[in-house]
Amino acid sequence: MILQDSKTLLEVRGLRATVNGTEILKGIDFTVKAGEVHAIMGPNGSGKSTFAKVLAGHPAYVVTSGEVVYEGRDLLELKPEERARAGVFLAFQYPIEIPGVANSQFLRLTYNSVQRERGNDELDPLEFDDFVREKMKLLEMNPEFLDRSVNEGFSGGEKKRNEILQMALLEPRLAVLDETDSGLDIDALRVIAGGINQLSTKDNATILVTHYQRLLDYIVPDYVHVMDGGRIIKTGGKDLAVELETRGYDWVGEEFAAARVTA
Amino acid sequence: MSTALQNLVNQPYRHGFVTAIESDVAPKGLNEDTIRMISGKKNEPKWLLDFRLDAYRRWLKMEEPTWSSVKYPKVDFQAISYYSAPKSKPKLDSMDQVDPELLRTYEKLGVPMHERATLAGVAVDVIFDSVSVATTYKAKLAEVGIIFCSISEAVQLHPELVRKYLGTVVPVGDNFFAALNSAVFTDGSFCFIPKGVKCPMDLSTYFRINTQDSGQFERTLIIAEEGASVSYLEGCTAPKFDTNQLHAAVVELVALDRADIKYSTVQNWYAGDENGVGGIYNFVTKRGLCKGVDSRISWTQVETGSAITWKYPSCILQGENSIGEFYSVALTNNHQQADTGTKMVHIGRNTRSTIISKGISAGHSNNSYRGLVRITPKAEGARNYSQCDSMLIGDQCGANTFPYIQVKNHSATVEHEASTSKIGEDQLFYFAQRGVGTEEAVSMIINGFCKTVFQQLPMEFAVEATKLLGLKLEGSVG
Ligand SMILES: Nc1ncnc2c1ncn2[C@@H]1O[C@H](COP(=O)(O)OP(=O)(O)OP(=O)(O)O)[C@@H](O)[C@H]1O
Ligand SMILES: [Mg+2]
Repeated sequence: MILQDSKTLLEVRGLRATVNGTEILKGIDFTVKAGEVHAIMGPNGSGKSTFAKVLAGHPAYVVTSGEVVYEGRDLLELKPEERARAGVFLAFQYPIEIPGVANSQFLRLTYNSVQRERGNDELDPLEFDDFVREKMKLLEMNPEFLDRSVNEGFSGGEKKRNEILQMALLEPRLAVLDETDSGLDIDALRVIAGGINQLSTKDNATILVTHYQRLLDYIVPDYVHVMDGGRIIKTGGKDLAVELETRGYDWVGEEFAAARVTA
Repeated sequence: MSTALQNLVNQPYRHGFVTAIESDVAPKGLNEDTIRMISGKKNEPKWLLDFRLDAYRRWLKMEEPTWSSVKYPKVDFQAISYYSAPKSKPKLDSMDQVDPELLRTYEKLGVPMHERATLAGVAVDVIFDSVSVATTYKAKLAEVGIIFCSISEAVQLHPELVRKYLGTVVPVGDNFFAALNSAVFTDGSFCFIPKGVKCPMDLSTYFRINTQDSGQFERTLIIAEEGASVSYLEGCTAPKFDTNQLHAAVVELVALDRADIKYSTVQNWYAGDENGVGGIYNFVTKRGLCKGVDSRISWTQVETGSAITWKYPSCILQGENSIGEFYSVALTNNHQQADTGTKMVHIGRNTRSTIISKGISAGHSNNSYRGLVRITPKAEGARNYSQCDSMLIGDQCGANTFPYIQVKNHSATVEHEASTSKIGEDQLFYFAQRGVGTEEAVSMIINGFCKTVFQQLPMEFAVEATKLLGLKLEGSVG
């Protein structure tokens, strides 16, 4: 929801970034205030995941110019784990498998790492087990996923559910969900969207990267942005997503090009 | 490889100090006189001198093996001193007479030498360069008839036992390094568990190489009679030198009917520096003979040190229903090379063996598993299960698996599984994105990877091993 006088959570200005020497992000300006939901859409390869990973601090991506201010701090100065502990969460488009590490152990380690930073009590394995099972219930997740290795052999949808479980445990202030809806069946989409909505408060914000209007029926965005060629070329309200669904992206690109010519 | 990873795998060696102690060091070089000298210093019976000379003469005709994947410049066997002993020799039965400098060395290493030591309940035999300097809890063990002492002492006090078993599992001419060891071994541990006795505490040997150009050739012999059982632990460290020291040990285990021997090693010899200069050449022959029915020999090893590791703890499963096990974690970093694995030779009916090998390679290191499962024609119903997993940290290192399987009996079942995985930047980023730093992440991944092996270690050793792998791989991040 768009709130009067709510404070700015994230301010991105003129952000450019490269990977392996190729520039992918070519000047992004983007502001998120507490309480808001933003959707980022755009064709394959337009730089959406890159943007998400740059925010989270993936070491393969090099920021060449621009700035990112998160809660008044220079986000780019922080290591990835410090960003996470400060409340930045990224649900990965392709969550990685970690064989040999039990999900329960992993989840507890991440939970405690973040709680430590916030000055909260850490949970021992027994306390954590009760706690995580409650969260799993909300997401209709089978507790057997606790005993399996992190994401190993999980189906596409199960991996996405495990990402949202982590979001529920870590209670981030800025959540970037990269195509969390792709791979989810219809029922799962409803359950997970319900979970995300429940986590939404006036103090946090969510960025949804998606290709489909369907998700936005459940989680209604305050803003919809179109990314193309490493830039945000259009920003609108929730109706923009509906329009994109019927008309595709070409017209947005043409409009943007035309505007640049006249400018 | 990212800098975080790089820092992480490059932890300095903590046991690299040299103890300033006066030593009696033999001149470098090897010939029959050297062997007579060693045997004479130890006041050995003639049969043992003959055993050594026989081994030496065979060794002269043997070639250094080249079939493994390890590469190193030819060892100059004439440039090594074959005997080095602290000058002030402690009386073997009194801890208080041990040179305080030595005691301090072992304190630094965390080895309990005093019987009231913190790691209570573990009897320790400590080998410093060539000689055994102390054996704790000897009296207590003697009450139940267990003999636990240095092999030199055993030669003096129990010559009939030593003579009966020495060289029966690893014959003098078994291989190049075993022959060399048989010729020049200076000390090691001896352990005899009589019929029906379950050893009331873990027995432990701690090996330390202190002198720069000395080799360490220790010899360990463990015998468990009918129905006896023992858990034996071995730990090793060495100072940092920029030359290579040779370590060529032989360990022989004999398990009679229903006997059970569990042999655990945490090997942390100096591995050389980050450019591959210095470090121990570890060429070891370890073999157990399951001689009796229903006997069991279990090897567990955590190999983290040495510039080169060449080691294949094996089981000869002769007794019917006997069991051989091999659980191994081998970690290599920088320019370390490890070629390690096992041999399971099934001779008796219904013999079973399990092999679990976990290789971790980082830096520019190379880590090979080499294992042989041989089912002989009489081994009716024999079974083997092998699992060999490799983990790579970074992209400059290598891992290989060489499983050799020979089955001569159709009723046998042999299963082999292998996998290779990698700790990649993306896994570490995943942890980081959830608030977990590189150190903790690597440690969790490695512990998960090694879990099935660590579970086999006695409690204190498992903790040690976890910490040691941590030290080898963790560090200040980024
Ligand atoms: N590590 C990399 N090496 C080389 N190119 C890369 C790398 N990472 C991303 N790219 C390139 O950057 C561009 C943007 O990729 P990104 O994953 O951000 O797209 P996206 O908008 O998320 O696409 P999709 O909708 O398909 O998920 C692509 O052309 C991609 O190939
Ligand atoms: Mg993407």
